[in-house]
Amino acid sequence: MAVTYSSSQKDQKVSLMRVVIKALCLFFIFNFLFLFFDPLPLLGQVSIYNHLVPGRERLPYGEQPEKSFNLNLYQLDAMFNSHKIAGKEKPENEFRIILIGDSSTWGFLLSPQETLASVLSAKNLSTLDGKQIVVYNLGYPVMSLTKDLLILDRSMQYHPDMIIWLITLESFPYDKQLFPPLLQNNREEVQHLLQKNQLKVISQIKELKSPSLWDRTFIGQRRNIADIIRLQLYGIMWAATGIDQDIPNQFDRPMEDLPADQSFHDLMPSHLAAEDLALEILQAGYTTAGNIPLIIVNEPMYISRGENSDIRYNYYYPRWAYDDYRQLLSKQCTANHWTCIDLWNSIEPGNFSNTAVHLTPKGIIQLADLLLNQISFGGSD
Amino acid sequence: MTLLQICIFIIISLLTGAFIPKSIRGWFLIILNILAVFWLQPVSPIRHLDFWLPVVGIFLVVLAWFLSNQSCNHRQTWITIGIISGTIVAVSLLRYLDPICCITASRPPSIIQILIFAIPAILIICLINHQFPGNKRFTVIIFLVIVSIFIILKTDIFTYYSSKILRSLSGQDQSLASPLDLGWIGFSYLAFRLLHYLRDNQTGKIPANSLDEFFNYALFFPAYSAGPIERFPNFLKELRKPIENRCMRLWISPHDFYQGSIRIVNGVFKKFVLADTLAIIALNSQNAAQINSTFWAWVILYAYSFRIYFDFSGYTDIAIGLGRYMGVQLPENFASPYLKTNLAMFWNCWHITLAQWFRAYIFNPLTRFMRTAKFNFPAWLIILSAQFSTMILIGLWHGVTLNFAIWGLWHAAGLFFHNRWSDWRKSHHFYWENIQGVNKMLTFISWLITFNYTVLGWVWFALPNPQISGKILGILFGAK
Repeated sequence: MAVTYSSSQKDQKVSLMRVVIKALCLFFIFNFLFLFFDPLPLLGQVSIYNHLVPGRERLPYGEQPEKSFNLNLYQLDAMFNSHKIAGKEKPENEFRIILIGDSSTWGFLLSPQETLASVLSAKNLSTLDGKQIVVYNLGYPVMSLTKDLLILDRSMQYHPDMIIWLITLESFPYDKQLFPPLLQNNREEVQHLLQKNQLKVISQIKELKSPSLWDRTFIGQRRNIADIIRLQLYGIMWAATGIDQDIPNQFDRPMEDLPADQSFHDLMPSHLAAEDLALEILQAGYTTAGNIPLIIVNEPMYISRGENSDIRYNYYYPRWAYDDYRQLLSKQCTANHWTCIDLWNSIEPGNFSNTAVHLTPKGIIQLADLLLNQISFGGSD
Repeated sequence: MTLLQICIFIIISLLTGAFIPKSIRGWFLIILNILAVFWLQPVSPIRHLDFWLPVVGIFLVVLAWFLSNQSCNHRQTWITIGIISGTIVAVSLLRYLDPICCITASRPPSIIQILIFAIPAILIICLINHQFPGNKRFTVIIFLVIVSIFIILKTDIFTYYSSKILRSLSGQDQSLASPLDLGWIGFSYLAFRLLHYLRDNQTGKIPANSLDEFFNYALFFPAYSAGPIERFPNFLKELRKPIENRCMRLWISPHDFYQGSIRIVNGVFKKFVLADTLAIIALNSQNAAQINSTFWAWVILYAYSFRIYFDFSGYTDIAIGLGRYMGVQLPENFASPYLKTNLAMFWNCWHITLAQWFRAYIFNPLTRFMRTAKFNFPAWLIILSAQFSTMILIGLWHGVTLNFAIWGLWHAAGLFFHNRWSDWRKSHHFYWENIQGVNKMLTFISWLITFNYTVLGWVWFALPNPQISGKILGILFGAK
């Protein structure tokens, strides 16, 4: 449409056709450059956290952003840069412990001050050589060891002095490994990690959709870009309120009466075999940690006393599977000289909140004390 | 309006502006306006209410016109009535066409139910047209009906009981009644247009007009849900102006296309980029209860202030742009209000058409009445009474709640103070006024005070009750 507009005020001529063509050209060039240079990781580095607003106590996760001032996003750089661990260089006198694990480590239904990391840090402990122990929460609410490994790998750049990895059986089955959206949206990094550690899970990598050319353009990445911007904006609300999770006043307690169901994923009794579980990911974790002490903690779980509790411990686990898992884990720990702490039945049922693995603030304090009783912080050596 | 609705309105406005000749544009616009009014009306839990509310709105428009016009071109009027009725029936008949049902938020009522409403409605209109055209008593009645509906819609307790009544009429559970059941989109603006038309018609300020012209004025879809509130004579002038600078045989002029496009792009950017982004951090009743820091409380209050401005002025820009596509220049509603250096100037630039409406129908009549009254009111008392009445009513227009009333009071107090200060300053001069730079500094200080006074006023506007507003004001000034 070769429409020429002559403004009565400025007497300037604007060819609409030219405007449209130029706009389209710029649009395509911009998208092509975006695809070519992939600036998303760079964008993820730009963060108001730890500069204009305080860093978050835990990685961003939130299903109701408008209430929790937090959101789910999958850009790992943006996620880590919003965490307080990315805030400053590690001080000389800090003994840095990172916690990795699932939603119970992240602190579901707990305020930032009530999580295991915060409770441990609040004890103001020091190592034998006088370093201040500071514990960072790098848990993330999905059960998958591969997800934990990804976070562990990323967190090594923050120079931890000790890693505590809280695990539970539900994170081990192979069919659980690559389902978290966090992994699906970071295919290349996950693939590299799996290849580097020669993990069996690599055979499932085809399940992760490879981003198309379109997905990598500015238009294709608009959701990720919007999420990064929203994360920054929610940072202001985080600073203003100190809230990063919408915690309801009431919630359902863990299921007491259980179905008479013996199955665990697609497995049935009699015995759980080592091949059924992705145990090699624990080894990959040790490889990733290198010389840094890594402690594996089999996290506490709710043990039901209701109907069919002779068949199942809780909603997640039939007794046979969980008992076998503990034995397998114990064998692995002994065989590999790993430091493992089994706290599976160490917390009273009344100290669980809404699921068989989520603890109440009281349960967290109990867990922190149990951990401190069993871990010695000998110092940098 | 959602982004999808705006996109569709852009296409429709552009096609209308480009291809529909002036001679039939009035009737074509009637159809568009009716469809838009039905489409914009959100779903209600009360059965068929999303159909009936627009129908009642349309009926009020037609009724207001018949009450105000003694002589009319009968043929044109009845063609218009036919188009209006036909479009409503067509909308209702969509209930039988499953793949494209429905333009309304829920399935419209059956044709029998519509006839039960339509027959008495047409009879009332015929009766008024033949027996009482221009009857002042009926005009007063319809005036009161509109004001009553307005008060009901803006008052939670009345909306609640209205919902109960409507639920019982439709055979639904009354215990589920809620004030939210009666969301009548655009009624505030429709009411203001109707009241303006009825009142100015009584005082002879309205030029001769046809039903289709008035109908398109009252329900003009770009301005239906969020204004601006155009004055009818101006709208009529726009509607009747000839199209100049046609290009490529299209009816839209390149100038209108260009200006309209710029306004729409501006509006979409303001609303969907700026306002919606600021909404994340803007003050609201939820975060007000959670804020624990003075600094951040100011940040989210400023965010709210800009959010409400961008939201509202964005919608106005879109409305003006859509209007331009159809050859109608709607009035401006905002003119950089936050840059003004006193509150009177702010109110000349914030929601301009609403402020003008209240000035014309509340402030001016009240001051005129007090000035001409037997009792000799002092000037300051006249200003005080008129400003407080006007501003409280503007506050209550947003909803009949204590907080909106306080917001009105807040601005009335500010305006009154400014009025007295201006009067005092006229008679007092200071030597330092002539010192270089002092004037600039005074202007800056005036702006700073005006802006922050307005911003603090939003604490009453944004929050639901005085307790929480008080708490936020406390935090803003350092209380823990």
